[in-house]
Amino acid sequence: MRLELHKIHITGLAFADKTYTSGGTLFINKDKAEAVIAEDKRFAKVELDLACPGESTRIIPVKDVIEPRVKIGRNSYFPGFFAPMEKAGSGETLVLDGAAVVTCGPIVAFQEGFIDMSGPGAPYTPFSQTFNVVLYVEPVENLEKHLYEAALREAGLKLAVYLAKCSAENEWKADEIQVFEKGNSFEETQKYPDLPKIVYVCMNITQGLLHDTYLYANDLKPALPTLLHPNEVLDGAMVSGNCVSACDKNTTWHHLHNPIVQALYARHGKEINFMGMIPTQESTVMDGKLRAAAMNLSIAQQLGADGAIISEEGYGNPDTDLCLNARFFENAGIKAVLVSDESAGTDGASQSLADATPELDAFISTGNVNEMIEVPAMKKVIGCKEAISLLSGGAEESLRSDGSMFVELQSVIASTAEIGFNKLGCEWI
Amino acid sequence: MTYRIVHYINQFYAGIGGEDAADHKPELRKGFVGPGMQLEKLFDGEGKVVGTVICGDGYYGEHTDQARVECLEMIKGLQPDILFAGPAFNAGRYGFACGDIAATVGEELNIPAVSAMYPENPGVELYSKKTYIAITSDSARGMAKAIPAMVSIGKKLLKGEKMGPARLEGYIHRGIRKSFFHEKSGAERAVEMLLAKLKGEGFRTEYEMPVFNKIQPAPPVKDLSKATIALVSSGGIVPKGNPDHIRVSSAESFGAYDISELKNMTPDNYESIHGGYDREWANVDPDVVLPLDVMRELEAEGVIGKIHPIFYTTTGTGTAVANAERFGKEIGEELKKAGVDAAILTST
Repeated sequence: MRLELHKIHITGLAFADKTYTSGGTLFINKDKAEAVIAEDKRFAKVELDLACPGESTRIIPVKDVIEPRVKIGRNSYFPGFFAPMEKAGSGETLVLDGAAVVTCGPIVAFQEGFIDMSGPGAPYTPFSQTFNVVLYVEPVENLEKHLYEAALREAGLKLAVYLAKCSAENEWKADEIQVFEKGNSFEETQKYPDLPKIVYVCMNITQGLLHDTYLYANDLKPALPTLLHPNEVLDGAMVSGNCVSACDKNTTWHHLHNPIVQALYARHGKEINFMGMIPTQESTVMDGKLRAAAMNLSIAQQLGADGAIISEEGYGNPDTDLCLNARFFENAGIKAVLVSDESAGTDGASQSLADATPELDAFISTGNVNEMIEVPAMKKVIGCKEAISLLSGGAEESLRSDGSMFVELQSVIASTAEIGFNKLGCEWI
Repeated sequence: MTYRIVHYINQFYAGIGGEDAADHKPELRKGFVGPGMQLEKLFDGEGKVVGTVICGDGYYGEHTDQARVECLEMIKGLQPDILFAGPAFNAGRYGFACGDIAATVGEELNIPAVSAMYPENPGVELYSKKTYIAITSDSARGMAKAIPAMVSIGKKLLKGEKMGPARLEGYIHRGIRKSFFHEKSGAERAVEMLLAKLKGEGFRTEYEMPVFNKIQPAPPVKDLSKATIALVSSGGIVPKGNPDHIRVSSAESFGAYDISELKNMTPDNYESIHGGYDREWANVDPDVVLPLDVMRELEAEGVIGKIHPIFYTTTGTGTAVANAERFGKEIGEELKKAGVDAAILTST
């Protein structure tokens, strides 16, 4: 399977009378783009704003981040959402690399996060470095929260596809073409018989009540673990529907960029034989946890895996899934490395996980979600600065009268992403 | 400026004697004594050992309260910027004295204090959370490395420089987790760790598994119809308006509320403030999280004896295990004192 990402490097944003790219700038016809989203009658208000790296801007509360993309010649993306139900992962994809659609608004009122485009909060999130088209929406009255979540999830995807589609319809030239190519597991094993076979188990929040993840537009909660070619992951098969704590939700942008998939891919055929990704569940019931862990192992065993990287999403309850996966894999003789963040308390003195198992002897830490950080006021706030009092990691007293905030790291979106995107990690002091 | 350094050592390193002089009472000498010479030298003109406090290990161990006060007074009188104690290597009583005086000085004089010990020195377990302890080898043969290790940490503390992870700075960690930016992403580190693990090479896990306290469950209730049952929840159900300001996530407190007059929870009297799930339905009917309505029915039918008049509540999302453990202990003790037979714990 061969996937080509044709990337236009975006280094600027501006509103204009049409939507296109030129000289690294993404120009957007604001009225038309807003009208595309406002077609959905579930929104009472739709407004676009722009936020660029280095600006004194805070975006709050943020739900999801999506990279503008479209299949070249097809003008569609995200199968089952804004593309026909079809297989992802091959052909040519236009990527507005460096640009991002950020969805924002009074969403579900507690499990979103914020992005600071500059200052001490900026280094914690990759989205202080992206050129952000912020989609601020308000729902019509009495729209139930789960319907609002669906509306906003779809609106973010729609805008991302729309921006890329308009860019594709005008003159453009790729600054870079990135190719991902790998045959099926049997071909690759014949080619590299001596390399260790590695699978990646990507745990996803599937808890319901606005804590869901979508694979090919299908809710993963009632689904079973399955196997994906890495190209499918990198080409829009996975979509976030999560209103989980901001710090460790895998945004749709993160799925598209899955750094563990990319790191394993980079070593494929050299040091390892990368067999694929197993997207799996984090159930709220014990049998669900056991079933997922057993089936993850079953898939890995049928592929003859020697090793696995397993990443968590969220914290607390899914720590049990993490431990089960570690135990099942290690006891079956498959070496496992687990990636997770820590909830060590605001003072860092608490034990970090809600569960533990001795087989989990190879742990990668992506930071303490409870760690307190201080961020100054920003000149501009997109959204609602008071929302911090309701966000996980915020509290009534978080926002000070001068506009500065004293908050837990978990209120910064993707600050402890367990998919391993960031460089942050805990150490003992 | 020249930093004023005070050094604490025992009778042995002061050249007074070994075990025979272990009851040596606290004594103050001007300038450096013994290992203090190297200490001052490493400050390279930036610091001067203004005095050395010497105390016998036996005396400090057997008359701790008195020795602590006497040594503290001597140290305080020298108006130091920093205290160094030891290195004590694997000497148990010396380690205890170094840890105790370093922790005391840090707390009482609010200045940096640094000690140095072998990780298995008993002083480590007692004081590593209260003061910086540089890592040394088990005997004085490691002196040449121990003094620079202490000085390096001391200088950072004096200058207010950022302290890195314990394993890189060379001190015994204080049981605290802190986030740092690594050179490589988590994904890259994970792949490298997996490759090392597959090859059977050494690797360093970034978090050693904690050991949980296993709690023995209470015996089953013998006669439910005579039992007092308490309701306890981490589902964030609180009196409307959240009067005790329990946090929506990462709770650091719990609430206790009187429900003796209440038959049913309604949106008028109770609400969910939990920050981890869609509260919509819990706010329409808080009984779905804290089942007071059905419990009242069971009480009326005589299935259970009675419902405990107080219910306990907090939000269980992002809550540090240390806090959760404390809540559990405190709530458990109150229930036991009140003669409650069993509790229904609801989570979300």
